[in-house]
Amino acid sequence: MVDILVLVGVFLVTFLVGVVLILKVPPRLHTPLMSMTNAVSGITVLGGLLLFSGEVETSWCIQALGAIAIAAGAFNMLGGFAVTDRMLKLFKTRD
Amino acid sequence: MKMNLLLLVDLLVLAIFLVGIARFRSPRAARSGNIGVALAVLAAIVISVSQNPLHSLVIVALALAAGSAAGWYISRGVNMTQIPALVAFQNGAGGLAAAIVSAVELARQTPGTSCVVEGSAVLGLVVGAITFGGSAVAGGKLAMLLRQAPVQLAKHNWYLAAAAAVMVALTAALLTGNSAWAAGLTAGLFGVAGLFGVATAIRVGGADMPVLISWLNALSGVAASFCGIVVQNRMVIACGATVAASGLILTHAMCRAMNRHLGAILTGSTVRHAQDASPPAESVPQDAAQTAAASEPAAAPAGTPLSRAVAAVQDAQRVIIIPGYGMALAHAQFAVVNVANRLCQLGKDVKFAIHPIAGRMPGHMHVLLAEADADPDLLFDLPEINGEFPATDLVLIVGACDVVNPAAIRVEGTPISGMPILAAHEAGQVVVCNLDDQPGYSGVHNPLYDNPKTILLLGDAQATVSELLQALN
Repeated sequence: MVDILVLVGVFLVTFLVGVVLILKVPPRLHTPLMSMTNAVSGITVLGGLLLFSGEVETSWCIQALGAIAIAAGAFNMLGGFAVTDRMLKLFKTRD
Repeated sequence: MKMNLLLLVDLLVLAIFLVGIARFRSPRAARSGNIGVALAVLAAIVISVSQNPLHSLVIVALALAAGSAAGWYISRGVNMTQIPALVAFQNGAGGLAAAIVSAVELARQTPGTSCVVEGSAVLGLVVGAITFGGSAVAGGKLAMLLRQAPVQLAKHNWYLAAAAAVMVALTAALLTGNSAWAAGLTAGLFGVAGLFGVATAIRVGGADMPVLISWLNALSGVAASFCGIVVQNRMVIACGATVAASGLILTHAMCRAMNRHLGAILTGSTVRHAQDASPPAESVPQDAAQTAAASEPAAAPAGTPLSRAVAAVQDAQRVIIIPGYGMALAHAQFAVVNVANRLCQLGKDVKFAIHPIAGRMPGHMHVLLAEADADPDLLFDLPEINGEFPATDLVLIVGACDVVNPAAIRVEGTPISGMPILAAHEAGQVVVCNLDDQPGYSGVHNPLYDNPKTILLLGDAQATVSELLQALN
């Protein structure tokens, strides 16, 4: 139960710190910001990976679902950071 | 001891992550910030996997490679007009991953599982599936694969309420019933929640898209956080919480820029307004007519609209350019930036005025203009520039309608009433390079088009702006 409280605490603290940091992002960077945070939500790929941890006895069904989750999460994450970088390169040219 | 070390490492990774986000305060620093955030997320994954050895490594490696390759390939190919669609599809993929992980953990729950974890698994599944369904529709609309216009079914809200009731019933059955049914019930919950997301997204369209995308962005963060509680990983929770914070802030900013409530957009009441709004037969407001008469002898229009527009641009000293999503659709941002550069060469004072909801996602116009290599010092947001229109000789509007519609501040009871607009009507002259003179997404007639000081250059913006540029060269 203490563990759960810690996890909820982690959520609240990072949420509040996130609000403070993101309120300072200028409107001109809102698209790269959303694209970057979108890539961050691809961390769910870790959840997919962890479906393959622990006891070896997992059904083929779980393995198939785990593979889809990993592929979807990796698509989200890698593509998101890559396209954000491309966008920010455009911004850098003149300032 | 080992736990303390792990905590320390996690805190270090979290610090790098947050510093990366903090660097999004300036365009120059943001690039290293993005790389820092990416490395922090990667580190969090590596650390967690090193603590939990995996099996079936071939499947894992293949899935990782397939997802990464697809993500990389697509992100290399898109242009900046397509960014909102790509973000929507990526967002949907993240939601799908969160939903699947939650679903698997839910279906294979053991009697000892804590109720908090069970509840989080249900919420992760439902929110993730809604994100997936909603993002798929939003991405389809933005990529022009689906019809743009909002789709409002008869009894739309009734269907949504029914879906919500079914989800509650399935959840109750899952949490109380015996585990033999768990897999089927979980699959059913995923399906109904996905349909709920689809039904919510299909009746949002056009200029409301930035709100929908921001909202789905926030939901994907919430889904990731619940997924983090399910797999008991604090870094996943921390990442999800930050995404949720960002998405909610952007949603709020977009709603405020349109003077609308999120609820009104998601429940479709803005759609009904837009459909009811008959173009009001409106006379040119008195003050505008007077301003026009004072600044420009209301001469009987001589010459073609193009020649009049060219003359107006040549006579002007202070020019403000207002781009809208029509510019992106016509791919005219390069031509527009060339015009701006040419006007600067001619010694004129040129600025871009950017409305917060111009485009299809927050900040979209800035990225489009950066793609065309516009000078960032010339770009101004609405609050910074709106006071300058009365002292401006000429406003050049390219593919924008609702964000310059004076009806928003003069007429009560329209869907855009109360929305802050760029005060183009206060300038000496206005040149409009739009596809047609039809109302914008809101369906509200734009009286600016009838104003004697307005010159309409109708047609594909890339063609009309290029003609303008040729005449200026």
